[in-house]
Amino acid sequence: MSEAVISYDEVLEQFDPVMGLEVHVELGTRTKMFCGCSTEFGAEPNTHVCPVCLGLPGALPALNKIGVESAIRIGLALNCKIAEWCRFARKNYFYPDMPKNFQTSQYDEPICYDGYLDVDIDTDEGRKTFRVNIERAHMEEDTGKNTHMGGATGRIHGADYSLVDYNRAGIPLIEIVTKPIEGAGKYAPEVAKAYVAALRDILRNLGVSDVKMEQGSLRCDVNLSLRRTPQDELGIRSETKNVNSLRSVERAVRYEMTRHAARLLAGERVIQETRHWHEDTGVTTSGRSKSDAEDYRYFPEPDLVPIAPSREWVEQLRAALPENPAVRRARMQELWNLSDIDMQTLINAELLDLVEEAVAAGVSVDAARKWYTGELSRVANEREVDVAELGITPAMLARIEELISTGALNDKLARQVLEGILAGEGDVDGVIASRGLAVVSDDGPLLEAIKDALAADPSVAETIASGKLQAAGSVVGAVMKATRGQADAARVRELLLEHLGVSE
Amino acid sequence: MSELVRKDASELSALLSAGEVSAVEVTQAHLDRITQVDGAIHAFLHIDTEGALQAASVVDSKRAAGETVGSLAGVPLGLKDILATKGLPTTVGSKMLENWIPPYDATVVTRLREAGIVILGKTNMDEFAMGSSTEHSAFGPTHNPWDLERIPGGSGGGSSACLAAFEAPLAIGTDTGGSIRQPAAVTGTVGVKPTYGGVSRYGAVALASSLDQIGPCARTVLDTALLHEVIAGFDPMDQTSINAPVPAVVAAAKRGDIKGMKIGVVRELGGEGYQAGVRQRFDEAVVILESLGAEIVEVSCPSFDYALAAYYLILPSECSSNLAKFDGIRFGLRVGDDGSRSVEQVMSQTRAAGFGDEVIRRIMLGTYALSAGYYDAYYGQAQKIRTLVAQDFAKAFSQVDVLISPTAPTTAFKIGEKLDDPMAMYLNDIATIPVNLAGLPGMSLPIGLAPEDNLPVGMQIMAPAMADDRLYNVGAALERALVAQWGAPILNSMAGV
Repeated sequence: MSEAVISYDEVLEQFDPVMGLEVHVELGTRTKMFCGCSTEFGAEPNTHVCPVCLGLPGALPALNKIGVESAIRIGLALNCKIAEWCRFARKNYFYPDMPKNFQTSQYDEPICYDGYLDVDIDTDEGRKTFRVNIERAHMEEDTGKNTHMGGATGRIHGADYSLVDYNRAGIPLIEIVTKPIEGAGKYAPEVAKAYVAALRDILRNLGVSDVKMEQGSLRCDVNLSLRRTPQDELGIRSETKNVNSLRSVERAVRYEMTRHAARLLAGERVIQETRHWHEDTGVTTSGRSKSDAEDYRYFPEPDLVPIAPSREWVEQLRAALPENPAVRRARMQELWNLSDIDMQTLINAELLDLVEEAVAAGVSVDAARKWYTGELSRVANEREVDVAELGITPAMLARIEELISTGALNDKLARQVLEGILAGEGDVDGVIASRGLAVVSDDGPLLEAIKDALAADPSVAETIASGKLQAAGSVVGAVMKATRGQADAARVRELLLEHLGVSE
Repeated sequence: MSELVRKDASELSALLSAGEVSAVEVTQAHLDRITQVDGAIHAFLHIDTEGALQAASVVDSKRAAGETVGSLAGVPLGLKDILATKGLPTTVGSKMLENWIPPYDATVVTRLREAGIVILGKTNMDEFAMGSSTEHSAFGPTHNPWDLERIPGGSGGGSSACLAAFEAPLAIGTDTGGSIRQPAAVTGTVGVKPTYGGVSRYGAVALASSLDQIGPCARTVLDTALLHEVIAGFDPMDQTSINAPVPAVVAAAKRGDIKGMKIGVVRELGGEGYQAGVRQRFDEAVVILESLGAEIVEVSCPSFDYALAAYYLILPSECSSNLAKFDGIRFGLRVGDDGSRSVEQVMSQTRAAGFGDEVIRRIMLGTYALSAGYYDAYYGQAQKIRTLVAQDFAKAFSQVDVLISPTAPTTAFKIGEKLDDPMAMYLNDIATIPVNLAGLPGMSLPIGLAPEDNLPVGMQIMAPAMADDRLYNVGAALERALVAQWGAPILNSMAGV
């Protein structure tokens, strides 16, 4: 059952939105945060477990150093300060998917704090940068996963029984929490989406997570409140949990703004509660109320020792950070002399890395863009794979481009070469050899073909001779057809005009 | 009674390595002794006859084959039922884990097995190690071999009683606020709580993680040191374990030379509230220490007066969290799961049925102390006291090498006497708690019988962190002098069970 909403424009006339975004990232460490169990996704239930991650009596946690390193690298990439000394804390609450009935997390001593992330959004005044301040990024462990059997909703209420899989329990998580995001106004939904997208890019670029929102390795909670003016105190917020795609982040913010506004205009209070996002219908529904706010009884985790990352280590990690994706893009756009739209096309299609590699291998920027956004994207789309998975290496493209520039191949033949490579017939030269693909560069056969074509349509020679050079196209086309594409079209045109005694 | 069960671990070790007796014979003698007396003592919750004899026979085969084995190989031991043992029940004295068989061994258990030490079975304890009398065991109390009407101390009363009853020459205990030392004191045996982090806690069911420590128990200082050496040392599975060489405890126990040492008597741990006979034997022992060449000084540790109060906030807080995992979902008892109840109801009914009153009391206390709005007033304040206690110790150890006090304010009290008065029960640990709060090592060793009730009195020795060897040096010197004075170990004066 959905609630009353008002139009987005009406919201903006009367309210100012404030957002808070909490993103949970599952780290791509080989083992769990506090034990040696595998973190691999999709294993048989309860096969990646041990006394530690099952919380058996007597078991103790042992900290995964790579988890800490990843947390620090994420913090550095988000311009955070790195704590000189911090601890884990226990967050106590009972739930069957939590083996110990407390989550080992961090409370008032996060490892990373006070950072920011600049994101670009399109506004009415063009592209603008918006700064999202980051409160903290802290380490914690994931819970197991409940599956509720029977019942209609798939939720615990109404289920006949529940199954618990603890494979996920103990997988390292980093929770990244923004400060209240103010001043975004009507662009709030875009800022939210751009923030999560930028965060995802950074995390992927760091190689700390596979950041697959659909598999839950990156999960976003959206907190939203409205107030009448930016000078007012913060309104009561709702927390929409597990908004698991970029588009949904944008839609959820927009929906909650319209829902909150409708309540406030109707003289009702916004209830501080958890809400569930429904991807299919695009609305949120009430979860548990936070009025009887849970008391997690946090206290420092006594089974783990404090973490005191040495400044030398932090600086080493900082020095080894990969280039920030946004900075890199700006650099490449300038270097390649691309328009915003052209650049955005590459980014949206996730082709930046491939184009960069191809250019490094010697392909011109334009040619690399043409191949990747054109023919290769088309084939990848057809086969339902990523372009990178096609198996066409930048070196292959470079070789093809080299052959085109020397006139040994033309575009049509090049496509046949790619087709051959994709069919597993070998590399560029192998396919050319086995398929017998080569531009006919001997003028003799070409002239014969031109004469044949003119004989087939005698009127065209007069037309061309009378100065209508565009008519030459049909002759060139006929010659190309007769030579099964292996002729150099430019040379055919040259020979034709020469033969007819016409000059350009 | 076979003469073998009268022998200390070091004596058995000599006989075994000389081939004069087999590990199977030694083990069988102790199993027979258990059969004979444990009906009255109830030191053991489970006796692993088959496993013990098999382990003993493996040791015999190795010795026969000329393989090198540990010095305690073939010596039997009673293991507190708080340590996870693969394939052997581990109940922690609770209905909650009555039928739980761990799939893994605690690190200490692995080390015992590797050393060829024969685990006879699992010893009784107060439920989840909460208590000072072993009366809180869900499986009935253990009786003190000195007087079956009396408690053997707690929580590790099974471990202390099995030593005093000659059912085993070695035992393992855990000590959160005195659960090794107070039972040792009231049974006339020796027990050591090592430096926090000196022995891996991996596989010890947690009571209060920041206070718990596993330690050795025996009838002599040397035996205790031999066992200490086997179980101590760094373990990557326990992040709080210390990555440093184990103090030379065996050498210290063999040395026993305190000439020129400075020994501090803690003013706050004695006097009012301490039984007259306890004070008398303590004072006499101080004189002996002085006669052995030590310089005795009185030191004051004023914050110790608040240690008990701080302890009863920190311990319940940690235990309320540590014991949350006992919910009937993954292991142990499950109550009310008939398909009509929600998971919350099943958890709740399981916990109500599985936990005893003392456990529930402490979980409630801890849950309250950690609650929003109370944390600073209770847990936060208690942590400050903890810091002050550590500072008092640091100051004291800048003046003296070790500190001493009576281990417990009284000798063994009667079963049932303090069961309905938690505060009176808690006061048993008033002298032992400061050491746990500061993470320091402490020993209790027998210093005689109180004249008024003829029951054993213990002295506590305390040392700086990782100076566990000092305990053994002082303990060995005092033990040697006392045994010389008595003409025989104190347990020889116990009426036969």
